[in-house]
Amino acid sequence: MRFSEIKTHLSKFRVGIAGAGGLGSNCAVALARCGVGTLVIADFDVIEEPNLNRQYYFTNQIGLMKTVALKENIAHINHDVNVIIHQKKLDRINITEIFSGCNIIVEALDSAVMKEMLIETVQTKMAGIPLVVGSGMAGWGKTNDIISRKIDDTLFVCGDEYSEVSDNLPPIAPRVAIVANMQANVVIELLMNTK
Amino acid sequence: MKILLNNREEEFIEESISVNEMLIQKKFSFKMRIIKLNGTLISKEKYDITIIHDGDDVQMLYLMSGG
Repeated sequence: MRFSEIKTHLSKFRVGIAGAGGLGSNCAVALARCGVGTLVIADFDVIEEPNLNRQYYFTNQIGLMKTVALKENIAHINHDVNVIIHQKKLDRINITEIFSGCNIIVEALDSAVMKEMLIETVQTKMAGIPLVVGSGMAGWGKTNDIISRKIDDTLFVCGDEYSEVSDNLPPIAPRVAIVANMQANVVIELLMNTK
Repeated sequence: MKILLNNREEEFIEESISVNEMLIQKKFSFKMRIIKLNGTLISKEKYDITIIHDGDDVQMLYLMSGG
């Protein structure tokens, strides 16, 4: 299939991205480059200098809301993508409203507690909507421990499922971007198989 | 009983056990995880009262901070 046909097909879909940090910003950019029609991005944070070791932002964007900066960066990459942003901290109530109508949701949150909350909410209140989770990407090396795994038709996980972020094992660009792009790759695969 | 745990066959002496008991027997001590039993997500509060039976399909994934 030619890229023009791929792009036309992907333009019909709407993908939700929960979080606009290392996973969310890189995943959103990959999906935008492919031509996914609409991206719904939720985050409540502001860009800080340490974020630039992995997140898809620039030095002149420090201090901006991540959602606003990401929308701007995507516009520079692909004009045709409709980016809807929500400057909100996600909770069990607003998740279903924010991501209603999405064909797929990408979990791109920071803490394990938030990941659990989002997964529980989407899997119980938005039954049938595929969710692509990122888990285990801290540090460097061990490239081949990072995998993408299908749990069932509605749940996928990308990462090594063991590398937790700590002071001595920070998240840095290569492994975070590998997982983010792996999540985007799962999304594209699911959408390409959707009529 | 025999169950599928992350697509691998596992055997237990009991006829049925709770999710919590399964975690203890398998020495799965890491706390942040998602468990699905036959495709249904089991929330943490229900680990004690949810019973795994012969032939069940248990899927588990670990949640690590970082993103």
